[in-house]
Amino acid sequence: MATFTFELVSPERLVFSGPVTWVDVPGSEGDFSVGAGHAPFIATLRPGILTVRGDGTAKRLFVRGGFAEANPTTLTILAERATPVEEIDTAQLRQLIKDAEEDVADARTDEARQKATVMLADLKQVADALSQGSTTASH
Amino acid sequence: MPSLKDLRNRIASVKATQKITKAMQMVAAAKLRRAQTAAEAARPFAERMEQVLGNLASSITTSADTPLLLAGTGSDQRHLLIVCTSERGLCGAFNSSIVRLVRERANALMAQGKTVEFFCVGRKGYDQIRRVYPKQIVEFVDLRAVRTLGYDNAHGIADKVIDLFNKGSFDVATVFYSHFKNVVTQIPTAQQVIPAVFEQKAAGEAVPYDYEPEESEILADLLPRNIAVQVFRALLENQASFYGAQMSAMDNATRNAGDMIKKQTLIYNRTRQAQITKELIEIISGAEAL
Repeated sequence: MATFTFELVSPERLVFSGPVTWVDVPGSEGDFSVGAGHAPFIATLRPGILTVRGDGTAKRLFVRGGFAEANPTTLTILAERATPVEEIDTAQLRQLIKDAEEDVADARTDEARQKATVMLADLKQVADALSQGSTTASH
Repeated sequence: MPSLKDLRNRIASVKATQKITKAMQMVAAAKLRRAQTAAEAARPFAERMEQVLGNLASSITTSADTPLLLAGTGSDQRHLLIVCTSERGLCGAFNSSIVRLVRERANALMAQGKTVEFFCVGRKGYDQIRRVYPKQIVEFVDLRAVRTLGYDNAHGIADKVIDLFNKGSFDVATVFYSHFKNVVTQIPTAQQVIPAVFEQKAAGEAVPYDYEPEESEILADLLPRNIAVQVFRALLENQASFYGAQMSAMDNATRNAGDMIKKQTLIYNRTRQAQITKELIEIISGAEAL
């Protein structure tokens, strides 16, 4: 299968760089997948799970805040946070959700409230996906 | 004329100081390596960010609803100077040279009748700025408790700056930090972050991208993040520069202590010999007198 170069960059380090066949990206206006030869494309991210498929392996990472830039030969994702799913601290995620809930409660303008609500929904979805993932893994 | 005991004490104290400066130099060298790696690791993100923002900024035309962070407020009357310095001293002229650049800039702006306010990051710069412009400091961020600089620190600072901007308390923001050129050279640098400036790209270089959501929305989302990235870069550069400056300052101090020990030991030995000679003469002349 055709591969392309995928780079996942966080402000602190280069998290991933190498040839992959397929990447599922949580875009702010819906998830999308990128394969080799994708048209030039820039999209912002929402907090969510990014799946990287190499030759027969899949790697899942939690990303938050940033954007994806795709062109036919490379996909670059700049995320403020990028953590492999195995390394996610559930307590930390719970804290994030709590913060987001407070943001919703504290929001003064409608626009801010809407933003915070979306953020909260995204985070909850991630938490759900993670808890499902861990239960299926334990079976 | 100091006694032999005084000289001995003095030499011992200089030796003790030399041990400390030597240890500090080695610690700084080790930390410098880490800070340098961190600064290098942060580079790809900042570069990509700038590239994409540059593309975006050149593709949209300035209109009434262009984000203010890019277009500016239309005036340059009120300036915010973000001064990044270190938390600790013993690093030669590191902090002073940043503050000197800040003061030159501030005085030039004030001479033109503009308002200048300061946002201090790091205790050392805060202390110096406070002495000169006590009433113009709007914020002070202390990073003393921070062991390893993370993106979150920068994010917190950027949030405060953007808050101030949204409240309309300034028009132009400039970050001051020390650019790390190499271990012995650090260059105090000023970089404007609000309104954002991007290098103009040569025409025909831009790739036609599809955007999702709209360009202007992406821009509105990315511009605040870009400020955090710029601040993060400034902080990392600063940290690497700080350890570089500290290393060379401590290297100098160690060498000076070595010189001083040599000089003092020479005086000590001379005095000791003079005293022995004197005692001998006294004994001999005493014996001759009998």
